[in-house]
Amino acid sequence: MKKIASQIYMTLIFIFLYAPIVTLIVFSFNQGKGGQWRGFSLEWYQELFASELIMNALWNTLIIAIISALVSTIIGTISCIGLNSLGGKAKSIYLSLNNIPMLNSELVTGLSLMLVFIAFGIGFGYPTILIAHITFCIPYVILSVMPRLKQTDRSTYEAAVDLGAAPVYAFFKVVFPELMPGILSGFLLAFTMSLDDFIITYFTRGPGINTLSTLIYSEVRKGIKPSMNALSTIMFVSVLILLILSNRKKKEGIE
Amino acid sequence: MEKSRKLLAAPYLIWMIAFTVIPLLMIVYYGLIDRNGSFTWENVMAMVRPEHLGALFLSLQLSVVCTIVCLLLSYPLAMILRGKGVNQSSFIVFIFILPMWMNFLLRTYAWLNLLDDGGIIHTICERFGLPTVSLIGTNAAIILGMVYNFLPFMVLPLYNALMKIDENIINAAKDLGANNIQVFFRIILPLSFPGIVSGITMVFVPSLTTFVVSDLLGARKIMLIGNIIEQEFSTADNWYLGSGLSLVLMIFILISMAMLNHYDKNGEGTSF
Repeated sequence: MKKIASQIYMTLIFIFLYAPIVTLIVFSFNQGKGGQWRGFSLEWYQELFASELIMNALWNTLIIAIISALVSTIIGTISCIGLNSLGGKAKSIYLSLNNIPMLNSELVTGLSLMLVFIAFGIGFGYPTILIAHITFCIPYVILSVMPRLKQTDRSTYEAAVDLGAAPVYAFFKVVFPELMPGILSGFLLAFTMSLDDFIITYFTRGPGINTLSTLIYSEVRKGIKPSMNALSTIMFVSVLILLILSNRKKKEGIE
Repeated sequence: MEKSRKLLAAPYLIWMIAFTVIPLLMIVYYGLIDRNGSFTWENVMAMVRPEHLGALFLSLQLSVVCTIVCLLLSYPLAMILRGKGVNQSSFIVFIFILPMWMNFLLRTYAWLNLLDDGGIIHTICERFGLPTVSLIGTNAAIILGMVYNFLPFMVLPLYNALMKIDENIINAAKDLGANNIQVFFRIILPLSFPGIVSGITMVFVPSLTTFVVSDLLGARKIMLIGNIIEQEFSTADNWYLGSGLSLVLMIFILISMAMLNHYDKNGEGTSF
């Protein structure tokens, strides 16, 4: 009885989370615009690939997500290592500073960055979006890497150094492989956050640069074209397939 | 060696000062000056103007309701997920992170298709002869949009906090004669408190300051404080007033952050 109830509950939450996504996917195959189903067609997919505006925004979004995820993973991991040898008080101040972008409202973060860019005469464009994205991505990396670093056994690293390994070599041979899962999940989280961000990008982008989010927002007033749905469907399905494949591989590895 | 390792933490410290601390100080600065650059409280005091105060109260009201709904929905879910064991955690990330690959604006916008007059839910209700309500442009629609977007931020910290509870403590309580209700109120609930506080913060702050959800689902009828601040910056071009209003908002944000720091000292609940 209890089991059935919990099963039903989980299903309801699942429906709540995925109903809009299913709607989006279904309407990407609709004929014409609007909320009524008029029959199956691939016209929006054709229009999608013909639209330079969308393709440009997609390109911008992906480049920004890749660069900011990479940079924030590198900075985040390096800081974690430094942070680990820092003492109590300094460490906790450092970590509270690190928490600010995550706990603060995106509206305030976006606005405050915009004011700084204006005050210091940094022209809006790619660099400002990247700085902003890296700023809010690093905390996620640190949160993923830090617990891993706590788990790693210091003595293995010391043993390697005692046996004559240079510290850097010992780090990459001994500590790094143990951190890898944390680094990887930090990277993926940062990538996803950057990809899905709208508010901070909205305040820190320059005129003329659109990511998918800002492009969609500018279309809201006139009604969003279903070619956006088509693009989202393609992205969603490809991530889904990737996740399923990697999960299956993991399971095979265990067996 | 130890010292040079400490230096590795320095670059990000500089980064944080440049792009987290100074920007926040800039808001304080712009919030407290007027166009001529002289000191004034006017931008902050502008919050008590009726149109701003109304928006602030509406935002507070909606975000409190959203936070409570999220908590009530998430707690049972996190309990169920806890019962399923650790090896399901990738499945949870799967369910809650995957939607983020479909753009946040599009996902919210899709609720228009579901809720609108002539939308899918409307049509289904009509077919079965059920009474129909139009939700778009109402507070209910905005709460729904907020809950939809921010639910993962409640579920994940709760799940993390619940997973950390040692099964032995629960068994010990049961051995000593506690029934399920006692176990829940005297063991599980107090031990999951850091998760609850961090979930509340992570939902309350974004829902208090959102302007996107109200823009998309409010049919331009509902102005939240986030919309007002956004407009001061984007269309009215009055950064001073916008910063002043943001300063007031930051008080609420600071209160919830202080609460989180107090109850969740090790930042355990915040982790994804």
